[in-house]
This record gives sequence, C-alpha cells and structure tokens, in this order.
Amino acid sequence: MADTTLETPAVTHRPRRIRWETVGDHVVLILGSLLMILPPLLALTTASHDAVTIHREGLQLTIGDDLGKNFHAAMLEKGGFTQTVDGTLMLMNSFILGIGFAVGKIIISMMAAYAIVYFRLRFATLAFWMIFTTLLLPLEVRILPSYEAIQKLGLTNTYTGLIVPLIASATGTFFFRQFFMSVPEELAEAARIDGAGPWKFFIDILVPLSRTMIAAIFIIMFVFGWNQYLWPTLITTDESFFTLVRGIKQIVLSYTDSQIPEHGQALALAIVAMIPPVAIVIFFQNWFVKGLTESDK
Amino acid sequence: MAQVSLEGIRKVYPNGFKAVKSTSFTIQDGEFVVLVGPSGCGKSTLLRMIAGLEDITEGTLKIGDRVVNNVDPADRDIAMVFQNYALYPHMTVRKNIGYGLKNRGTPASEIAAKVEDAAKMLNLTEYLDRKPAQLSGGQRQRVAMGRAVVRDPALFLFDEPLSNLDAKLRNQMRIEIKALQRRLGTTAVYVTHDQVEAMTMADRIIVLNAGQIEQIGTPTEIYHNPASTFVASFMGAPPMNLIEAEVADQQVRINGYDGLMPAPGSYAGPVTMGIRPEDVELDEQGSVTFRVDILEELGAHRLLHGAIADQPFTVMVNKDHDVQTGETRVTLKPDALRLFDAETGKVL
Ligand SMILES: Nc1ncnc2c1ncn2[C@@H]1O[C@H](COP(=O)(O)OP(=O)(O)OP(=O)(O)O)[C@@H](O)[C@H]1O
Ligand SMILES: [Mg+2]
Repeated sequence: MADTTLETPAVTHRPRRIRWETVGDHVVLILGSLLMILPPLLALTTASHDAVTIHREGLQLTIGDDLGKNFHAAMLEKGGFTQTVDGTLMLMNSFILGIGFAVGKIIISMMAAYAIVYFRLRFATLAFWMIFTTLLLPLEVRILPSYEAIQKLGLTNTYTGLIVPLIASATGTFFFRQFFMSVPEELAEAARIDGAGPWKFFIDILVPLSRTMIAAIFIIMFVFGWNQYLWPTLITTDESFFTLVRGIKQIVLSYTDSQIPEHGQALALAIVAMIPPVAIVIFFQNWFVKGLTESDK
Repeated sequence: MAQVSLEGIRKVYPNGFKAVKSTSFTIQDGEFVVLVGPSGCGKSTLLRMIAGLEDITEGTLKIGDRVVNNVDPADRDIAMVFQNYALYPHMTVRKNIGYGLKNRGTPASEIAAKVEDAAKMLNLTEYLDRKPAQLSGGQRQRVAMGRAVVRDPALFLFDEPLSNLDAKLRNQMRIEIKALQRRLGTTAVYVTHDQVEAMTMADRIIVLNAGQIEQIGTPTEIYHNPASTFVASFMGAPPMNLIEAEVADQQVRINGYDGLMPAPGSYAGPVTMGIRPEDVELDEQGSVTFRVDILEELGAHRLLHGAIADQPFTVMVNKDHDVQTGETRVTLKPDALRLFDAETGKVL
C-alpha cells in the first residue's frame, strides 16, 4: 500500500486497447441474460393487456393499459370453481408452504445431523448412508405410497399433509453433517466441562455457529418449497389450500361459463409468484455465499 | 483444591490400541504436575481420562476423596484449557468466561462480578466485549485461562496450552500460568512435549514413554538423576551424552581408553555411560580425546558437536572459551557420570 505513491509518476498513459476477449465475454453474457429475462418480461408486458387482445393476438411486446386492473383483479377478485379464492389467499398459502417446508427441513435435518455426528450411535454411519440413499427416491418415485399414507391419516386438505411429508431432507442432513464435522471437537468437550448438556450445547453453541449455514439452506429450501407443484396438486383438492404455483392454472384459467380465460390475470399472478423467491435470493445472496463457502469457527 | 490419585489406570481404545498401560501416582493438593513425553505417548489420553472426556478402561481415579470414574466431566469440579483454546466463537469474552457459571445456575450479578475479577486478574478487562476472532493468540489463551479460573475448580487440566504461541509469548505465559496457579493454590496437571516448559513450571515431572511412566520426580531429580536413557535423552537441551562403554574391575572404559574413571558400584559388563554436555571440561591434560566437528553459537554458551571414539558427543563451554574444530582433550567430571544398563537402559 505504502509504495504506490512512489510509483505513480512512472505510470505512462498507454493508449487504451480494446481487448476482444473481454468484449466477447460480455456479448455472450448479455445475450444470455436477455434470453433469460425475456419470458418474465413478455409475461409482464402481456399482463398489461386485456384478455380479449391476448386471446386473439397472443403474447404482447408493448405495454398496454390494463396492467393495474389485471394485477388488482388477480390478487383480490374471487375466482375458481367455488368463487372464494383470490390471489392474496394463494400467496399466503404459498408462503405457508415455502416457509413451513424450509423451516421443517432445517429442524429435521439439523437434528438428524446432530445425532449422527455427536452421539456414539452404534450404526451412525449406516444411518447416514441410508438417509443419503433416499436422494435416489425423490417424491415423484414414492408418490403413490406417500399419497396413500396421507390419505389414510386423513391429512388431505390440511397444511400438515401439505408440508410434513416433504420435510425429510437428505441434502440438508448432508450439509449439516459436513458442517458439524468441521466444528472442532474440543468445542463440544469444553461445553461439556462447562456443564452444558446435549440440548444446551445444541441450542447455545451449534445453532448460533450454524446460522450462515441455516440461512443458505433456508433460501434453497424456501424456493424449492415455493415451487412445489405435484404434491400440492395431489393433496389439496379444497381450493382454499391452493398455492400460487398451482392456482394460476386452476383458478384463473378455468373456462367457467364459456368465457375467455383471464390470460392477463394469469400472467400477473405468474409475476407475483416469481417475486418472493427472486427477492429472497437477491437479498440473502451474501448469507448464501457465506454459508456455503466460509465457516467462522 | 484436592489431591488426585490414580490407581492402576489403563486405557485401551476401542480399536484395541493400548494407549496407557497400568499407571499409578498421586498428585498432592496444590501441586503443579507436568506430564511430559514424546508425541503419541499417551499424555492427552491420560489427561482426558482425568477430565472425564475419555472412559477409563481399568483402574480407580480419585479427585479429593471421591472416586470419579463414572462422574460426568461437568461434575468433577475440574476446568480444562485446550491447545486450540476451544473458545465459543460466537460469544463475547464475557460470555465465554461466564458460560460455565451460567450453566450451573449462578445468579447473573454474581457471574458478572466473578467474570470482572477473573478478567482483571488476567488483564482482559478491556477485551470483555470482543469476540475471540478479534483477539490475538495470547489474549485468546488468557480467555481460555479465564474460563478455567472463574469457576474456582479443584483441579486445573492443561493440554499443551502454549504450543500455538510464539517463543517470546510462550515464555511470558509460562511464568503467568505458574504464578496464577501458585496464587490460587489449585492443583494442576499440565501436559506438554516441551521439556523446557516441564523443567520450569513443574513441582514434579512425570515422564511418559509409550503409555508407561519412565520416571516421576522434581525437575532437579529428573535432570540430574534420570532413571533411564530415555529420560536422559529426552530431558535437557542439549540432551545428555550417551556413550557405549564397559565396566571392568570398578573402572569405566570407552572403547580404547583405559581405566578412565572409577565406576560406582560393583557392576561389571557393558553399559551406556551418560554425562551432561556442561559436565565436560576442555583440559589440555584431559584423559579423553574429543574431535570437534561443528561449533554452535548460543550467545552465553557455545556447543561443540563432535565425537569421542567415533561416538557422537556434545560439549557445552562458556562463551569466552576460544575453540577451533579439530582434536582437543577433555575431562569428564567423575561425579556427573551416570551408568545405565546397556540392554534395558535403566539406571544402574
Ligand atoms: N480415539 C482413539 N482411538 C485409537 N487410538 C487413539 C485414539 N486417540 C489416540 N489414540 C492413540 O493413542 C496414542 C496416545 O495418544 P495421545 O493423544 O494421548 O498422545 P499425546 O501423548 O497427547 O501426543 P501429542 O503430544 O502428539 O499430543 C497415540 O498413539 C494415538 O494414536
Ligand atoms: Mg496430546
């Protein structure tokens, strides 16, 4: 740092050369971003037209006059078969699913990892690998038995039925296990001598130490839960439990009374459905990167 | 404050490794005992058994009058300082020091007062609201000490607490720890593989080798009367010279040298002869030829590395001795000679 001042006079003004690799990089990146941003953009512009125009002319590139009206209707107008559900309710349901899913997964997987890493269980490694192999059995593979079980328990059309079957998490358990194994053993021993039992050690020391990790996993899991489609479709038939992702099709695009479906409103809802995951990722980016790469122990 | 006694303590790890072979000793109330030995000899294992962090395979461990074999570490009335300090990274210094008290249900006002006292004693007052990451190595070390001191336990356990510090700080902390222990009068067991730490801090030293006690004694005893060649070569820097020799007719002979010294006792046969480098004198009339190969400058002293009759040998001389490499003659102080069994290495 200190020497830079000494060197300044020596710097000559070189003619600025265009570096073609840099330009190339940027062109590729810009094209890529445009390609990615085009569908949401089209959804937004199209959502500003009325249903008739959209039905007749398809997607719109220009901005129309009906943006506010469509958003207003999408969020507040009752719709669906029973005419009792609006966008706000579906948004709330989505939040319940997303947050319940993420929080549930974090609690379950942290506790599983805690048991595996810190307790001398006889078959801890076996248990871990069994949990790990469930990665090979995603929900789609075991959908029938899962549905059967929830149905027998009478949990269809409940938030419990919507969330609980999804919260076992091999990925979460794996990440927490790796993290706990990197925490120095002496920390647990020091806490033991300091009179902290297993529960106190978990709450007082492990959880605060894992907070960046928890944040990172929360983000991933929230987005994952938010975007669930198949399971909510199966388990909720009562429209008041519909989430945004599933409701767009069912509520707004239903052909009731042989009307033209409300394409504008549907696209408005699609935009609404995109905002929370995007916002979370943008706002918690730092935490996210920190949680997965850095460890402050 | 308590006396600690080990009776026939053994440790076999689940994988079958015998880390500590049957050991018995008693640590007096208020005594500072240092466990020393090479890496892997079982020092930490022994200490961790006393702490209760490792199961005792066999034997009886008493702290005070109580057998504590199956007592939880939290209830043994001990405090431990770890090599990596094991401070809770997310807690301030204040919380770190007070955590043990808090878990024991001490009232908040009392915790605050005790933490303040401990901090004052360790010069940590201005750092009380910092996190461990914002402290230097020496300060972290002090926080770890504070955590131990604040609970006023019956027994301090230290596992190489200074090995992550630089040499200067280590010297300073060595003195501080010792002074603190003196002042509090708390019994302490201190593990190190640094024999200088052992010599300077200990009331008594226990030298361990491969899971077995080689010798227990005061630093002076250990230094001047090592019980085996192992202790002789482990303690002291530079270590004791060990030379193969032969005793016959009450005389010690190194190889070709005739009738070198009168030998103590009536033993006859091959021995290992030991002598400290500072107990050898350069002497024109000396009876032994010493070939000097390398001079090592230590400031106050000079080390001459070379050989006597082709066996490696070191002599320590005062700085004002002017020595050249090549052959000189030396005298070995007769009363400083130690003889060890050539086979077992035990002192004769
Ligand atoms: N959990 C364990 N299972 C099996 N063997 C172990 C275990 N822990 C330690 N050992 C072995 O026991 C022996 C003594 O280990 P210990 O940690 O007590 O050594 P140490 O004297 O403290 O060494 P250092 O100076 O390197 O710390 C070593 O040989 C080590 O490999
Ligand atoms: Mg050790």
